[in-house]
Amino acid sequence: MGSQKFLWNVAKKYFTFGLITLTISDRYASIVPVRGLSMSPTFNPSNSASLGSLSDDYVLVEKFCLEKYKFSHGDVIVFCSPSNYREKHIKRIIALPGDWIGSSYTHDVQKVPEGHCWVEGDNSASSLDSRSFGPIPLGLVRGRVTHIVWPPQRVGAVERRVPKDGLSFY
Amino acid sequence: MRGLGSLGLWKNLAKEALDQTAIVAKFLCLLHVTNTYLCTATLVCYSFFFLLFIHLSLLYTHISIYMIWKEFKWISWMQVYGPSMLPTLNLTGDLLLVERISARLGKVRTGDVVLVRSPENPRKIVTKRILGMEGEKVTFLVDPKNSDRCQTLVVPKGHIWIQGDNIYASNDSRNFGTVPYGLIQGKVFCRVWPPSGFGYLE
Repeated sequence: MGSQKFLWNVAKKYFTFGLITLTISDRYASIVPVRGLSMSPTFNPSNSASLGSLSDDYVLVEKFCLEKYKFSHGDVIVFCSPSNYREKHIKRIIALPGDWIGSSYTHDVQKVPEGHCWVEGDNSASSLDSRSFGPIPLGLVRGRVTHIVWPPQRVGAVERRVPKDGLSFY
Repeated sequence: MRGLGSLGLWKNLAKEALDQTAIVAKFLCLLHVTNTYLCTATLVCYSFFFLLFIHLSLLYTHISIYMIWKEFKWISWMQVYGPSMLPTLNLTGDLLLVERISARLGKVRTGDVVLVRSPENPRKIVTKRILGMEGEKVTFLVDPKNSDRCQTLVVPKGHIWIQGDNIYASNDSRNFGTVPYGLIQGKVFCRVWPPSGFGYLE
């Protein structure tokens, strides 16, 4: 009977802890691993010389931006993939609603529709982004990456950077 | 000595306040998790009795007041109104129960009424019916007021085609195209208010 009470107390504590963690990770901030090389060298810079380069970068994702959906050019965001809602991708916002985006390869220019944004990975060579699936609705965004928290030698803020190549005039 | 006595009193008060705040914080976390992952009640227009209930039960700490304001804002952004879902939903004042589990598990099907974050404005949530899931062929009247012209297309992978029941007054996929499945917020399964319309939505 004593052990039953003990188990019940432990279960209650775990449940409360789980609830609080879930709420904080949904509303405020969470830590996610970055997989893949589409954002090199910002995340996961592939460097075969250094040991431990096989482990993923972990980044801090903040959710405060989801209240007003106000983003800036060069923000790194986490969003649900438009072709598979269970997958999440991390890319950088290149163009916001109303901007004109054009690529240096094809000479056509398109306007980013209202409520959508154009995302691209920093590593253009191996990145599945808006150049393949077009602009994505801002409603798919799940957070904004602000800091790298692992590995310790690369801890620091993630900077807003707009790439120079690829035409994009506002 | 008197100063020390009142210090002890303040310590007790602080401890009690902290305990109360912890209970409130846990309750709000439970509210958030239930709202996001299980089931929520959406107001299709005004929400004063929700505000009243929340205020009456939680009106005694600063933190809870701040979080109430946040919760209310969040709930209030889920107000949907307009004629686009007549005759299924009334013009104003319908209170619906929305469940979140189906959308997360991918169990939403053609014919369900769902809450979708608008692709034109991410801060707005609209109520529409799904007429086509990925891979299905959808036939629709392009402009029902003026002509009988029909168009057919296949819904691409990961997307859905949504349309309001009132095709004459609905801004839906006929205007902004297919929307990604990730924009679905929940499935409407029951109408709670007005009581005359109580019951499962067809």
